[in-house]
Amino acid sequence: MSVRDTARSDDIVAVPLRHPWRWVSAVVLVALIGSFIYSLWSSPNINHEIIDKYLFNEKVISAALLTVILTVISMFIGTVLAVIFAVMKLSPNPVLRAVATGYVGFFRGTPLLLQVVFWGYLGIIYPKIEIGIPFTDIIWFSEKTSLVFTALVAGIIALSLNEAAYAAEIVRAGILSVDAGQTEAAKSLGMSSGYTLRKVVLPQAMRVIIPPMGNEFISMLKNTSLLQVVAVMELYARTSQISSQNLAQVELLVVAGFWYLVMTTVLSIPQNYLEKKYGRGFSVADQKSRWMRIGMKGNV
Amino acid sequence: MSKSLMVDARAIRKSFGPNEVLKGITLEVEQGQVLCLLGPSGSGKSTFLRCINHLETINGGRLYVDGELMGFREKSDAIYELKPAAIAKQRAEIGMVFQRFNLFPHLTALENIIEAPIGVKGVAKADAITKAKELLASVGLSEKADHYPSQLSGGQQQRVAIARALAMEPKLMLFDEPTSALDPELVGDVLDVMRKLAKSGMTMIVVTHEMGFAREVADTVVFMDGGVVVESGSPRDVIENPQNARTKAFLSSVL
Repeated sequence: MSVRDTARSDDIVAVPLRHPWRWVSAVVLVALIGSFIYSLWSSPNINHEIIDKYLFNEKVISAALLTVILTVISMFIGTVLAVIFAVMKLSPNPVLRAVATGYVGFFRGTPLLLQVVFWGYLGIIYPKIEIGIPFTDIIWFSEKTSLVFTALVAGIIALSLNEAAYAAEIVRAGILSVDAGQTEAAKSLGMSSGYTLRKVVLPQAMRVIIPPMGNEFISMLKNTSLLQVVAVMELYARTSQISSQNLAQVELLVVAGFWYLVMTTVLSIPQNYLEKKYGRGFSVADQKSRWMRIGMKGNV
Repeated sequence: MSKSLMVDARAIRKSFGPNEVLKGITLEVEQGQVLCLLGPSGSGKSTFLRCINHLETINGGRLYVDGELMGFREKSDAIYELKPAAIAKQRAEIGMVFQRFNLFPHLTALENIIEAPIGVKGVAKADAITKAKELLASVGLSEKADHYPSQLSGGQQQRVAIARALAMEPKLMLFDEPTSALDPELVGDVLDVMRKLAKSGMTMIVVTHEMGFAREVADTVVFMDGGVVVESGSPRDVIENPQNARTKAFLSSVL
């Protein structure tokens, strides 16, 4: 299979071209990066003991966990809403289209930080939340807003609703990328539009949706740090709380940065898996593995 | 209206914006018959085919399939649009094969075939698989059940597409230029499958440029041009002995 198998006696055996500048540039860059890292490492202004002390500190780890939980929940709610808004935007119903367009415009058009603070202050606008029939005395549920919309709930709502607006456009692009012939074939087989969407269009759209959604996931993970302003004790809030007490700001930034990097790296792994899964039937590499699987099973 | 009429199209009109593509098409297909639609591109034959299963909504005329008005309900002088579910039900009984196959690329050949019987008709999965394997065998692709469309040649994809349509046990099959996107050496296999299907008594409407197939298999040949039926009759009359000047010009250019 390799080139060796087909090598022949009359093949050209040439002296390879030299690339001296590749070596020069590599040496220069390694020297620059190395000296930068060394300057940080050896700086008397950075206390390594503090970094060591807090890197695996229980409070820091549990804050990092909270960050992951916030990310996953907000991403899940955001994605479900995104599919709904994307379908609304593509709907023939002009009311649904206008609502979805307005939603996306509003939530993309205001800063996330502002939205986070707004949900945190919801209790000021609506001190009490009641569920019942308007203009009657029938009330099934009544509670102070601050008890329902805790900082955590407000944060999740803010992140989810904002994510839905961005992801809606990604999902819509994915749906539009599926050939119109697919929908026609599905219709001709008597499939309803909902069934067509679930079984024919979305599985193919996923191929286009997943790479940018991977980006969104990573953005979301980092955006959870904005919840600091409504006092959710996620990773950034926790580390800055610690540093406000021991005044080791840079050291705790290093700690937070380390964990953000670890989490974004780990969360990128499922993307690879999902891309493979939804690339089924499309990529050449997948065809090969499929062939091998067929061969291993031994029957059809 | 005769009882054995499978398709009864009366003065069908269809416009796209200001462009009138079908200018009153009237034709009938009896049960078990094969009708071939010929004509230059842009003559409206594909559009007419798509009107039959309501992929296009007609602007005028009446279209009956097996005695049932397609896409509408007529009641005391008024005509109502049908609900999507009712239209889907009508479509489920009409198979369609597309020029570009339109197989679902994320599903294997077998999965392509069983999707609609399970999801639309509620057939048990095991039964659907048994039936799909029979169909794959009948189109000569038993070994390709686990292949994705991208791993099949155009001719193989089109045969899977025919099997997929047949899995719904349609009473009528529509073919929209089924061999036009194929390499010449792959056309024969697809035509063989269609020939077998015609022999089995399936009612078929075929838009095609394959004159040999039309001559051999069709009971009726209809020549369309400019949105109207120019000439129709037996293959012998229309293909070998055309009366209309436009038919003659078209046939001399394709034969």
